[in-house]
This record gives sequence, C-alpha cells and structure tokens, in this order.
Amino acid sequence: MDIAKITKKLHPYERAVLLKLKDNITYSWLVRETGLQGVEVMRGLQWLENRGALKLEHKKTTRIILDKNGEAALERGLPEDRLLKALKEGPATIQDAATRGKLDPQEASAVMGLLKRTSRIEFGADKVLQITKIGEQALGKDSFEIRLLRKLSEAPLETGELTPELKYAFDNLKKRRQMIKTVEEKDRTIYLEPLGRELIKADLSGEYADKLTSEDLKTGAWQKKEYRGYDVSINVPTKSPGKPHFVNEAIDYIKQVWLELGFQEMEGDYVQTAFWDLDALFVPQDHPAREMQDTFYLEKPAKQAIADKKVYEAVKAVHENGGDTGSKGWGYEFSKKESEQLMLRTHTTVLSAQTLNAIRQGNAALPGKYFSVDKVFRNESLDWKHLFEFYQVEGIVVDPDATFSHLLGYLELFFKKLGYEKIRIRPAHFPYTEPSVEVDGWHPEKKEWVELGGAGLFRPEVTKTLIGKEVPVLAWGIGMARSISEYFAITDIRDLYNNDIKKLQTIKKWVK
Amino acid sequence: MPTITLSKKELLETIGKKLSDEELADRISMLGTNLEDIEGDEISVEIFPNRPDLLSQQGFGRALASFIGALGKTGLAKFVVEKPKITVTIEKSTEDCRPYTACAVIRGLKLSEQKIEEMIMIQEKLHITYGRNRKKVAIGIYPMEHITTPIRFVGLAPDKIKFLPLEARGEMTAKEILEDHPKGKEYAGLVKGLKHYACFIDGKDKIMSMTPIINSELTGKVSHSTTDVFVECSGFDYGVVSTCLNMIVTSLADMGGTIEACALKYEHGKLGTITSPDLTPKEWKIDLTYINKVLGLKLSEKEMGALLEKMGFGYDEKKRVVFVPAYRNDILHMVDFAEDIAIAYGYENFTPTIPTVATVGEESWKSKVERKVREILVGHGLLEMKNYHLVNAEDQETMGVNEYVKLKSCVSQEYNTLRRTPLVSLLVALTRNQHHEYPQKVFEIGRGFKEAREKDGGVKEQEFLAVLLAGEDENYTRARQILDSIALGMDIQPSFEEVDKSWSLEGRAAHIILDGKVIGDIAEIHPRVLTALGLEVPCSAIILKLDVF
Repeated sequence: MDIAKITKKLHPYERAVLLKLKDNITYSWLVRETGLQGVEVMRGLQWLENRGALKLEHKKTTRIILDKNGEAALERGLPEDRLLKALKEGPATIQDAATRGKLDPQEASAVMGLLKRTSRIEFGADKVLQITKIGEQALGKDSFEIRLLRKLSEAPLETGELTPELKYAFDNLKKRRQMIKTVEEKDRTIYLEPLGRELIKADLSGEYADKLTSEDLKTGAWQKKEYRGYDVSINVPTKSPGKPHFVNEAIDYIKQVWLELGFQEMEGDYVQTAFWDLDALFVPQDHPAREMQDTFYLEKPAKQAIADKKVYEAVKAVHENGGDTGSKGWGYEFSKKESEQLMLRTHTTVLSAQTLNAIRQGNAALPGKYFSVDKVFRNESLDWKHLFEFYQVEGIVVDPDATFSHLLGYLELFFKKLGYEKIRIRPAHFPYTEPSVEVDGWHPEKKEWVELGGAGLFRPEVTKTLIGKEVPVLAWGIGMARSISEYFAITDIRDLYNNDIKKLQTIKKWVK
Repeated sequence: MPTITLSKKELLETIGKKLSDEELADRISMLGTNLEDIEGDEISVEIFPNRPDLLSQQGFGRALASFIGALGKTGLAKFVVEKPKITVTIEKSTEDCRPYTACAVIRGLKLSEQKIEEMIMIQEKLHITYGRNRKKVAIGIYPMEHITTPIRFVGLAPDKIKFLPLEARGEMTAKEILEDHPKGKEYAGLVKGLKHYACFIDGKDKIMSMTPIINSELTGKVSHSTTDVFVECSGFDYGVVSTCLNMIVTSLADMGGTIEACALKYEHGKLGTITSPDLTPKEWKIDLTYINKVLGLKLSEKEMGALLEKMGFGYDEKKRVVFVPAYRNDILHMVDFAEDIAIAYGYENFTPTIPTVATVGEESWKSKVERKVREILVGHGLLEMKNYHLVNAEDQETMGVNEYVKLKSCVSQEYNTLRRTPLVSLLVALTRNQHHEYPQKVFEIGRGFKEAREKDGGVKEQEFLAVLLAGEDENYTRARQILDSIALGMDIQPSFEEVDKSWSLEGRAAHIILDGKVIGDIAEIHPRVLTALGLEVPCSAIILKLDVF
C-alpha cells in the first residue's frame, strides 16, 4: 500500500509511537520513551498492528527484588558469614558463637546446618564448633549470594537474564526467609513487520486535523486543513440501545397477524373463578385436570361469588342434565363451592367463554372473530422445558355459517405466517370442543411433524349456554414457546424470562 | 392421559389384515388415539379420557378393526348375554358407604399368562381413569371355582371384618389393612370416616373383598386354571358402574368368554330386582343436515351410515337412528356423532376453506397504550424486562408489602404469591444482574394484584408500568425526567406530592397525582430495602397505573 496514504490516516498516538518505535522492544520501554500514558501507547500499537505494521506478543517476566532480610544482609553480612567470622575468632559453642556474631539463636542454628553441609565448620571436642580450612578460604571472598543481593540493590533483575552462578544463588536465596522476592510482570514485545520498517522511516511531518469542528465550518478554516483519514474497517466499542423484550416482539407479530385477518383482541383477568375457567366450558367438576397439582388455586382470597346468576344457573343445568342444549349433561350434582374457587386461569379459553357471554348480553358482535395472545398458568415446577406461566394464542370465530373446514382454513393461514408451510390435523379430545383436533406442523429443519396446538368447534353445551342460541364457534389454543425459543435459539425455556441484561441487550430482533 | 400397551400380533389378528408399522401408526393416530411408539410386538398408545372403552386390547382392537373396515368387523358389535344363574343381594347397609354395584359372570375363558395380564390392565386402567382412582368406580374380578353362590354386597362395621387380603402373610382386620397393607394405605382415604365398609360376601359367609381397597387371597385371585369369573363394579351411581361393567364384559367376551347376567336384588333405593349387564345399544336420533352443517360436508344418508358403522355404531337409515354400543359413555349430544363421522371420513380428507366474513380487526386499548409507553421508554435507552407474576412472599415483605394475594400449594415453592406491582420483580431481577455493567435502566409493563375490597370478594388486577434505574448517578430527578416525558407523550398533566412509602427514602418520594387521584409514585429506594435484597447501587423507581390513559 501507498505509504503516504497510510501516514495520512495515522492517529496522533500512532505518530507518537512511530517516532520511538524499533524492532524487538517492549511496551513498557515504549511507554517510558514516549512519555505517553500506557493506554495511549497501547491504542497506538493496536491500531498499527491492525494495519499490519507490527506484531505484539505477550510476554510474561518474573522480576527479582530485594526483600527485608536481604537488605539487612547487605548491610551486616549474610548470617552464615557472620557466624563463620565469629568462629574464626576461636572455637565456641553454638550459643557463644551466636552471641559473638550477634545472631539470634534461631538464625544461628539455621545457618549452622548450612555451614556444616558445605564443610565450612565442624565439631571439635565437647560439641564445640570450629572453622575449617574451606571455611577460612570462603571468608576471604564474596559468596554468589552476596553478589546477587548486591546486584539487586542496584536494579531488579529478570529471572531470564541470570548467569549460572547468580541463578544458583537465586535458587538458594528464594528458599530462605524474606531474602528476595519475585514479582510477575506482563509485558508485550513488539516485532516490526516490513510495513512497520517503512513507516518508521517515513515522513511523518504532515499536519492532519483530527476533528472537523463547528469552528472550522464557521470560519471556513476547513478549506485550508487536511483531515486525518480513519481505518474504517476496525471494530468500534459496543453501545447498547434500549429495547423491547424479545418475547414481546414475537407477541406483537402474532397479534398483528390476527389483526390483519380481521380479529378483535380479547382481554380479561388472570385470576378467575373455576366457574369461568372450567365450568362454563363444560369441564366436569371431577375432571382430573382440576386437581391441585395442575392448577394454581388461591389461598387468600380463596373464593368469589358468581355475579351473573343467569349464566350460573344455565351452566349448572347443562352440567347436571344438559339444560336446554339437547345434551344429556354429565349427570351429577353441580357444586357451587367448586365453582366459586379462585384460581389463575389455566387457559385463555376462559376469555373466549366470557366473549360468548358478552355476545348474549349484546356487548360483542355476532358474527365476530376474536383473539388473544396472553398468559396462562399451570402449577408446575420450573425446569428447562416447563414454565408455570406461559403464553397461549387463543382465537374464536363465532359465525352461524362456520364449519369444521373453516377451522382448518384459519389454522393453515396462521401457521403459514409462523413458518409452517404444511400442517396436518389429528383427532384429539378436549372437554369443550367437538370435533376436536390436534394440529401438527411440518418442521422445515427437523423434517418431522411437531405438535402446535389444539383446536375444535365449541360444544353446544358451551355455545348454547353462553350465547343463548346454538351458533357454531371455531376455537383454538396454541402454545408459542416452541416458535419463540427456536427463533431465538433458546434451549432452556427458562431463559425466556431470565432477564439477563447482557442477553436482553444483544439478542436479535424478531424479524418476520 | 393413560397409556396402554398392546400386542401388535394380537391386534393384527383381530383386524385380520397385514399392515406395515407405518400404516398401523397412521391408522392408530387417525382413529383419535395418540400413538406413542411401536417397538417389536409392543404398541404404546395414549387414550383420550372420553374413550375409556379403548383401554383394553380387545376394546381397542374392536374399534380399530371397524375403523379400518376389516371384513365383518364394522358396525355394531353383537354380544349375547345368557340368563342369570346367580343372584347378588345388595343389602341396605351399603347405602351409606358404597350403594351401587353391577355384576356379571364370564364363563369359558382360556387364560394364558398374557390374557391374565390383559385382564389386570383393563382393571387398572379403568380404575385410574373412568374410576377416578377407585373413587367413582372400583372393580373386582373373582375366580368362580373358589366362591360359593349366592353373593351378598354388604356394609360391615370395620371391627367385623377379618380376612386374608391379597399379598399378605396372614389374616388382617379392616384396621390392620388400612394401616399396614400397601393397598390399604394407598386407598384408606376413600373409606375415611365411614361407619361401614362395603364387602362382597359369598354363600359360605367368606369375605371376597373389601371394596374399593382389596380382594381376598382365597376368593379373589384369578389363575391359569380359572375358566369362569365373577365381575363386579361398585360405586355411587348405577349408570356409572353399569357402563364400566359393560366395558369389561365386552372385552372379556372378545377374549373368548360368554357373558352370563347376574340378578341384582337391591334392598335399598328404587332399583328393586334387575339384571346386569344390560348390553342393549342406546338409540339416538340423528339429523343429517346438522351433521353436514357442523362439518361443512355434503354427505348422503347412506354415506353417513357407512361412516357411523366404521366407528362401531349401528345405523337405521329409515328411522334415522344411531345405535350406540352399551360400552360407550362419550355420547352426550348429537354433535358427538359429528366428530366420529369426521374421524371416519378422515381428518386428512377435509379441505381447508377460508370463509368470507367481513370483520374489522381491532387491537385492545390496553395493548395500544402499552405499545406507546414502551416506545417512549425504549427511546430513553431503557431495556424492557418480562418477569413472572408469581413472586416470593419474602420479597414483597422486604418492600413493606404485607397484604398480598397468596397461592395454595405451589409446586415451585419459592413462587407463592402474586406480585402487588412489577417493581418487586425488577428489583429481584437486578439482584441477578450485578455482574453486569451499570447503570442498569429497565422497565416492565405488567399486572399487579391485590385483594378486592368489594363484597363479592375476588382479586383486583391492575396494569402497571414499573421503571427501575440503578447506578451511581441515578436519582429522583432522572426518574422524574422519564415520567415527564411519558406525561408529555401521553398528554396528561400530573402534579406531585411528597409522600412516605414503605420502600422509599424519606423526602425523596412523590405521589403522581392526576385529577385528584394517585396514579403512581416516583421515589429513590430506601437503602434498607436495597441492602435486604442484596443490591449495592442506588436505585430510583417509577410505578404508574396504565389505565389512566
């Protein structure tokens, strides 16, 4: 590349670094030489590295420095030398020799072992210590240890640059108490690439403005200035925007689909009576799904009276004997107590039931199409594939002309929007629909049928009781967790509501 | 839902046709049962709760053979019931414990190991599902060679009961059975508090069983040498127990036995002396127009009749009457035929159709408001969180919220109350995020709950916005700036009034007031609350009711 073109793009940090740059130097050396701050030098080096001008290599060094006892030894001599000197004055017991050499007893016995091992002293008669020939010779010259300590008092040394003798002294001294200590240091070594070699020779004298300022614009100074070019290919620091929750994005999309198909949104309470959640939907009061382990019942408050007496009586009748629906009913005695229990809704089908009742009261349209995408609750323990609250996509079509084939039509249309080109239905069973279907979708990646949700036509026991006349009602309840988890590559379903800030900031958008 | 295990070999014999595993899997799914697996000779199928009559090898085989259209296997299955030879007296003493039973005798069975297993499976599966774990129906099957007729169904005082129960080492009293016998312990709840326990007693006064708990080892254990069995179902409703009996005897008849009725002599109630089982099909009127309308088809009478027969019904075209087998309990309404007709027609053969009803889509006002508010907050660089509505009581109490909606027996015990506002959820969520960079600025739009004060009781639900700003420089002013921009955007002019909240720092909290009503709060959170939750950064918050817009 054209060197002049590059020099024009150089940042002031890079220029400062280039002025002092040589091959095979360290980062810390460069900091000292340039007088810049460490981060400035590092920035400059990294940018130059990005340009291919140099290579940075991590280097770990161990530096040796003097410790407390080491400093004392430099002043007063090493303890072994002092003991040796004391014995040179004449044989003595260890205690006497220690007193003579001003060593404390512990120190004295520690170095006594060392001196004996190296034959510099020996035991004479009556356990008295005396100096040997070797000892006397040794006293005459500096030991490797003292030489190392002296060197360290001048400047710290790196372990890598020790001579064999000093290495020997280092190994000995590091075993002894507080003589020396080592400090681990990280540094970087800089190796120049051919481009770097050219750059350090290049003319860096040109002046390039770093910033285009409003002052430049007001005064027209920009006409006389040259501006530094950027390296536009490098990464910039990340910045996190505010974001809607990713699950809400998916929900918004699904709501949009239903709105486009002419559906009206339903809403209602999360806390419902068993009457609305189950009885109104003709679920028998002894149905296993009502049991405690599946449903969140409330402890406080525990019950609520059914305000609408008319619908209460109609539902009671349909359970007991079919009422006026042409059904046999379940044939048991309906329990008010069971009905009044408060619970967290187990399905949004409760909203559909309430919408049918609103039609009877003249508060909702017939024919009408209604939907909701909202939370439902199941008393389950949390694990990677279970949540105790999750979303259900609910829809009903209340239309005197609706048929089973229409149900299939709506489902096919909806699932196409969710990415399932092919769906199939299988017979299923729900207490409130007849016929009932289970919807499977052909999974384009897994290449297999996956369960998507349940659907059907509401039973006359539901429609006639709630609307007041028998009108066909197409209905479906679809889970969303699979579609959302797959889109966002979530394998542990708890991660949907884990609210990890980093994840919320970096997760992709729902683009469908 | 219950899963049954079937023998493929036996199933194919019943059908009388060779089918590949794929074909078999497809047909089983399309019959309205959930195929779990076919492996070797074993087929596992999940049965929907409306079809307990499919819970046996025989019942399932009969339905599948008819559905597939095997020669001579479609239409109403015929069963012969021989005249009663034995009498069962139902004494008045059963009235307050287990008043009803329906009984039958099956003769001429050839019981292999597999057949005995199948018999046990029918009993078990019906107990769990249709019998609601023996509460609604309990079933007993006894070898005729060990009992003496006539049989009595009696309510006995617990201290009068002593016999050798199945799988026990010696005779046990009723009390010992309920306390020490595994089955006794399991089902003790069903007889709790009763003065009498219902027992079947034979002609020699031997206790055959203490129902719904356990049979006698001597008179209640079927073996290879057994050819004739006595079958009883007991419970609280004659219709329920007799339907259950019908499911069992038809399966045993398909196993090769002949059905012999029993005379039932009721000494209580209105039944008097009757015979069971009654396998006369029930007659239902059917309306072709109705069926065609529900399904969106144009079937003829003849086609509908053929489809009904595929599902094991009989059909009289002239009278327009469907004959429903006595073992089926799922026909409550004419619409139930529509589903069976659809299954026989084949769900795969319906053409999806989009009707042309002109309706106008409309988003709820609540959703609209949420969308707008969310836009404003995202513009301020806030992250939206979504937390559970269920929170721990302790966390609410930490914030000074002591009255909350409480749940009963939660499986996940740490989530046992409904949150008063989403603020508590945000605070707890931030305690899990302390390893990430600050400031952390988050919001949640969601529901809060409190007990309603109205006389009907119940729960008041309220849609809230909660904002939480955590960081060295986050304070009342920052929170107020955000609130102001919501007010501006949503076009309201609130005023502010100092207040002391249980969770706020004194002098740094305000009620947000609109038209004289409190619609929310802004506050710096009290260090006591932060410390109790384990948060080590200053936090400021907004709570705002969203129904004010």
